[in-house]
Amino acid sequence: MSEKQNIAAIEMRGVSVATMRDLSFIVLENVNWSVAAGEFWVIAGQQHSGKSDFLKMTAGLMTPVTGSYKLFGMETRSFGEAELAERLRVGFVFEGGQLFNHLTIRENVALPLQYHRDLPPAAAAQETQTLLELMELTPLADITPPNISDNWLQRAALARALVLQPEVLLLDNPLGRLGGRHLQWWLRFLNRLWRGHEWHGGTPMTLVATTDDLRPWQGAQRKFALLHDKKFFPLGSWNDVESAGDPVVKELLAVPLETTI
Amino acid sequence: MEFRLQAVWVCRLKAEPNGKTFLTKGGHKSYAAPVRGNLAKAFELTNTQVFRRMALPKSYTDFLGRKLFLFLLTVQGLGAFALITLGVILRKSGVARNVIRPRIQQEIARAGVALLPMFLFVALALGFLVIGQTVSVLARVGATDYLGSTMVIVVVRELGPLLTAVLVLARVGTAHVIELGTARAMGEVEALEALGIDPVHYLIVPRVIGVTVGVFALTVYLILGALGSGYLWAFLQDVPLTPGDYFKQLAEALGWLDFALLALKTVAFGFFIAIVTCYHGLAQPLRLEDVSRVTVRAVTQGVIVCVLIDALFIVLYLLT
Repeated sequence: MSEKQNIAAIEMRGVSVATMRDLSFIVLENVNWSVAAGEFWVIAGQQHSGKSDFLKMTAGLMTPVTGSYKLFGMETRSFGEAELAERLRVGFVFEGGQLFNHLTIRENVALPLQYHRDLPPAAAAQETQTLLELMELTPLADITPPNISDNWLQRAALARALVLQPEVLLLDNPLGRLGGRHLQWWLRFLNRLWRGHEWHGGTPMTLVATTDDLRPWQGAQRKFALLHDKKFFPLGSWNDVESAGDPVVKELLAVPLETTI
Repeated sequence: MEFRLQAVWVCRLKAEPNGKTFLTKGGHKSYAAPVRGNLAKAFELTNTQVFRRMALPKSYTDFLGRKLFLFLLTVQGLGAFALITLGVILRKSGVARNVIRPRIQQEIARAGVALLPMFLFVALALGFLVIGQTVSVLARVGATDYLGSTMVIVVVRELGPLLTAVLVLARVGTAHVIELGTARAMGEVEALEALGIDPVHYLIVPRVIGVTVGVFALTVYLILGALGSGYLWAFLQDVPLTPGDYFKQLAEALGWLDFALLALKTVAFGFFIAIVTCYHGLAQPLRLEDVSRVTVRAVTQGVIVCVLIDALFIVLYLLT
């Protein structure tokens, strides 16, 4: 166990990231980043700064163009079927959910569980239901995603990512589309996950979230980084963020909250 | 030639009365040189400068070359996709059965069972049009004994499988392209990958199996229905033929090769229809607005693939 904790969950050395759509278009260069188990990172960047692509690469959805990226000490470049178990230690919450539109919310959440453990629907029902209750999604469980609002879609996406009990959770701009009440719920829930949620057996989870607005993420224990101009800048703690003179950071701190309108 | 005439016409329209054109000199140098060398002399009477814009020989070769390359790339892509799908079908037959098996059942129901009413109607119509046409010709020469073998040649060997393939392509194949294309554009495929679910296994394998089984079964039903309805229409047209004689004719016209090739052919139709439609829906990154364009292309290619397979089987028939 102790040996496992010594290995950084995420370790990037000189990594370049391309876009998902065009692998020859580089959005980030020379990223050096290391995330230890149990850290909570917030990666800020303006729109089109490559946040989503960076996070998708971190999740192993594409390989780095150059450099070395080790996930739990394993080089992701060679990830294949055999390394599926390592891949599944990382959960991913897409911006806007990206749920399967032809399945109900319940089926969406149950699908990864059923697929990976080869379970009939009834056998996955209990775990699915627990998560749906945690997300307060039970009343919407039998509706298909196009019929519910963005706020709840995002929670369903969180449930789907959590159902396999990942150790690292990546969230792509989770607060971007939320209303005020939901925003508070998310911040509280993510904090509980990070500290160790009782649903998860109290095991702390490593979290990485991207954002285009730094203000809701205020908190001394979180670590911050900035994506700007094809580069990755580690900023440090919240105090460092507030004292940073960088105009981009200032802008990210002062962006008016769209969702409060 | 037609194009040249059109070009002359365009040239006359665009030339100004004093013989000068709207084109600036040197503005189309890259096109101009080969044109001036090869073709321009043929049009000395008209204002040849305008032909710099047309760039006849170069654009023809470019056009053909581009089409050829696209064709080869598509063939390569389809072949690779077919092999990948086959590999996944074989390798992952035991993976996540509880998820994939209901999906396969759904797809078989969609590509087979749901189309039965339509195929009943088509079978009736097919029997009618083949018998209606042949009876009038065969009765004139007193050769109604060949009714059975005509039905076998037309319905069993050609029209039955091909019609089934095209109808399934139209009813199910289009839906596949649109569903998969939308899923791809909405990021659902990415989401599957993030969850460690193989998109080919979850999305493609059930569809390929569904359409293959569907085309095979529907062809059998269509042929049986058309043969049955054929007798009905012959009976209504007062052809002196007992059911026993009719089925004896059919049985005599059918060989073991018909059954074997029919099975192979329908399975090939089904498999490649599914591959072509799924390839276009899934294999390349799509935006939502690309979906309609891709659907049209997939259906066109589906028809072409079916006709090519059919031609291959005709060659097989002729060889054996």
